[in-house]
Amino acid sequence: MNRTDKQGTIREINGPILTIHLPGIRNGEQVKIGELGLFGEVIALKGETALVQSYESTEGVRPGERVNGLGRPLSVELGPGLLGSIFDGVQRPLDKVFLESGDHIGRGINLPALDRERNWHFTPEPDIEIGSTLSAGQLLGRVQESAIIQHRILVPPNLSGELLELAPEGEYRLDDPIGRLKLPDGKNHKLMLYQHWPVRTPRPYLRRDHGLSPLITGQRILDTFFPLLKGGKSAVPGPFGAGKTVVQQQIARWSNADIVIYVGCGERGNELVDVLETFPQLQDPYSGHKLMERTLLVANTSNMPVVAREASIYVGITMAEYYRDQGYDVVMLADSTSRWAEALREVSGRLGQMPVEDGYPAYLASRLAAFYERAGRVETRSCGKGSVTLIGAVSPPGGDFSEPVTAHTKEIIQTFWALSKELADARHYPAIDWVGSFSEHVATAAEWWHKEISPDWQHRRKQALGLLARDAELSRIVNLVGPEALSSAQRWELEGASLIKEGVLQQSALDPVDTFSSPEKQFLLLDMVLMIYDRGAELIELGISVQELTDLPLMAKARRAKQTFSSEQSDKIRALMEEFKQAFAKIRLEYAKFKEHAQ
Amino acid sequence: MSAREYRTASSAQGSLLVVQQAPNVAFGDQVLIRDHLNNLRNGQVIRTSEDEALIQVYEGTGDLDLENTWVRFLDQPLEINLSPEILGRIFNGIGKPKDNRPPILSNVRRNVNGSAINPAARTYPREFIQTGISSIDGLNSLVRGQKLPIFSASGLPHNRLAAQIVRQAKLVDQESSFSVVFAAMGVSYADARFFQEEFADSGVLGNVVMYINLADDPPVERLALPRVALTAAEYLAFDLDRHVLVVLTDMTNYAEALREVATAKGDVPSRKGYPGYLYSDLAEIYERSGRIKDRHGSVTLVPVVTMPSDDITHPIPDLTGYITEGQIVLSRELHNQGVYPPVFISPSLSRLMKDGIGKDDTREDHPRVANQLYAMYAKALETRNLAAIIGAEELSERDRRYLKFAEAFDSQFIGQGEDEDRSIIETLNLAWELLSMFPKDMLTRVSETDLAKYHRSDK
Repeated sequence: MNRTDKQGTIREINGPILTIHLPGIRNGEQVKIGELGLFGEVIALKGETALVQSYESTEGVRPGERVNGLGRPLSVELGPGLLGSIFDGVQRPLDKVFLESGDHIGRGINLPALDRERNWHFTPEPDIEIGSTLSAGQLLGRVQESAIIQHRILVPPNLSGELLELAPEGEYRLDDPIGRLKLPDGKNHKLMLYQHWPVRTPRPYLRRDHGLSPLITGQRILDTFFPLLKGGKSAVPGPFGAGKTVVQQQIARWSNADIVIYVGCGERGNELVDVLETFPQLQDPYSGHKLMERTLLVANTSNMPVVAREASIYVGITMAEYYRDQGYDVVMLADSTSRWAEALREVSGRLGQMPVEDGYPAYLASRLAAFYERAGRVETRSCGKGSVTLIGAVSPPGGDFSEPVTAHTKEIIQTFWALSKELADARHYPAIDWVGSFSEHVATAAEWWHKEISPDWQHRRKQALGLLARDAELSRIVNLVGPEALSSAQRWELEGASLIKEGVLQQSALDPVDTFSSPEKQFLLLDMVLMIYDRGAELIELGISVQELTDLPLMAKARRAKQTFSSEQSDKIRALMEEFKQAFAKIRLEYAKFKEHAQ
Repeated sequence: MSAREYRTASSAQGSLLVVQQAPNVAFGDQVLIRDHLNNLRNGQVIRTSEDEALIQVYEGTGDLDLENTWVRFLDQPLEINLSPEILGRIFNGIGKPKDNRPPILSNVRRNVNGSAINPAARTYPREFIQTGISSIDGLNSLVRGQKLPIFSASGLPHNRLAAQIVRQAKLVDQESSFSVVFAAMGVSYADARFFQEEFADSGVLGNVVMYINLADDPPVERLALPRVALTAAEYLAFDLDRHVLVVLTDMTNYAEALREVATAKGDVPSRKGYPGYLYSDLAEIYERSGRIKDRHGSVTLVPVVTMPSDDITHPIPDLTGYITEGQIVLSRELHNQGVYPPVFISPSLSRLMKDGIGKDDTREDHPRVANQLYAMYAKALETRNLAAIIGAEELSERDRRYLKFAEAFDSQFIGQGEDEDRSIIETLNLAWELLSMFPKDMLTRVSETDLAKYHRSDK
């Protein structure tokens, strides 16, 4: 595949952008640059010259050095061994790079993404016969990739033909052929355990399907208030320090996806290290196995070359689509899409393209939309339904949501989890602002919740959001004229909203119990605080003072219930609800007696 | 080194020099420029083609005449010599001695641009550094290998705070073991002098290496300075196994120099005229901090960023905040009230705190106490705003308690002496003293065990 016959020379070097003289090169083709053998990609053609962006620093490279065309666009290797790995933005395995070049990433390192030495146990599909015609994307056999993931080996999606040979069950390395296909043009094609795919081309599927079930993340504000469906698209915008990364990591840890792909795009090195060090120890709450067995990392940290940053999210989404094609539910987290957009901007600036908004090129919106469009739930060619759920962090400059990347993203996505600086400053975590956030999936999610958890779900959710809206309104009044202006009922509304905020919305990622909330626990907590509010409101209508209720020692228990009771202890939350009901009944009784006495 | 000198300069403007008929010069190459008085200047190739090279001259192109300018390409990137002798020395932005002492001789030469640390080679920073400052240790703890900037503004005591951190930083139960790399970009003579005297007075001068570019030194040199300083820091940390604290002041001057050069080159501006690559450029600097597997040393970074017009959304603090692992924000309001250090905790944050504190590192109640203090202070500020509108006498008993707490918190917990070195246990005990102004029921972020053990109501 590596055609090196196309050779040219460097004419000019301007940072990561080079002008080369190379007639016959294709737009988008990968190139190897200079004596160091840096990797790059053709981004424009002008007559016999081409503009090339280099994924690595061009320091020390001279005009006049050679450039070789590699004959194919930027592609990734897809096969068993991806899970548990960490790759850079162009899919070089960083643990192997570490062995080769030490603490710092060297240049011109050419290592295959997947381990060629490792043996995999391949089991062919029993019903496939030699001589039969295989269609594109058909299931050939299986490999147990990790304790929980069975890797399905598929015919590459762009090939079909007559099966001439298929290897028997046994141990194979990636370079060992496992079969041979006679293509319609008469050529033979060797089938391997892995395949290549160009990252900028979406992988094909049979047809699109609707999202049906919510992605459960164990985070109350997400699942209960702003649900996302498997196969959905969402964005997490927020200023620095508002907790984007924690939200993303919580989803990586606790969501009920089969596979999680975490793309650190222009972010901090230490955050990836955090995942690398903790995920092999943490348990997946669904399978009981280690989280790293379903996780895959792509790392282009902020100090790595900017051009590879642009590529990194395509590398990530292509791997996500590959597992989707095997019938899995994949979540891809891109942290952060703003850094990706800035990489676009930087390259476009160096090319002298006309900037439109804030220096971004005119094609920002269309590129963003095309990227997010690769998410979705589909009918795969041979493995039933699969999905890619895409969650992109957005880092708006100055926390201004009207800036181009946030504004365009908002047009595209279906679920918007807006982080707020004010909430973060008050250490209300996750700092997701219930006013600015939205989800278009509530009605679909409600079907699931009503069936699985409680028919009251949508009603309770609506009631809680209503109370929170009242809270905002009343707080404005308090800030103008003081709390004395409020009636008892209104003050109880404030108390109710505060119960929702502290008892339900706030959730500590660091607390071992609170960090994950099962859907049942989520609903019970919400149901409990609203029950307290409802019953309390009745008492207040009778004339009981707000103070008498807020002074109940039980109230602190309600606020602490999220940390006191684990997801398995729903009976205890129910018991606490009973305690409340009794306490309220007692107050009502005593008050009635007191009234009687007074008369 | 090429002996050939080119006398083909064709244009000079600001810090940029174009040399023609200079074929195939390497990108990033260092350049020596000899002017008509035979004085030498240094430069770097920032664009190169088959017959022309664009050079950024650190000292600027002032007073050059194109006829009598000789340019020599050195065939090497910007490198500095490193040895343990650098400690106690003062250098300029490109690593040349500034203390009238001889240059460093060594066979260890390093490219100042470095290359990215492989995330697979990093190890997560988790060792608590005690700075002796309650607002940092208690609420925004610093750990070894972290990058934690101070967001300040003109007239605020960021230099004094940085100096206090340098003076007091140590691991719990250990004497100070930090070497210090001090990098000053575009600072005033008075500020540079303040730090020099500070280091001398506390007797650490022999453990400090300084890279200084004063306000009247060439701005282009500021672009190389942090890279030179961090190369030295990496050498001390990862070759000599030292724990290194790097103070970079002032990153705002750095970014302004970057804008100046970018504008001269004709780069497309994004926000406020800063180039679109400001984020990547700052990240190249900040991301050089950290810990590396199987290496004893560490690089901890404390950059100072003065926010132009006190605006935290200005591109420089904004992009810095997106890269660094938290920020310590100073407030003019607290400063005016006479609180030192005027750390405004609400927007302050340490992202790496969670793994550096708690049972085995500081004390088991630390994470929850910090959380509780934050929650109480947030509520107290809300109450303070309310009191400003409706008057304190209109407030309920409960709300007045918050007001009293806020006052005590600002003056006793945040406020401390410039020489006051509080241990983390003292800080936490002080926190409980303040939290005990509230009844147990109101403290829902600490555990019941914490309340039983530390709440003062029973004592």
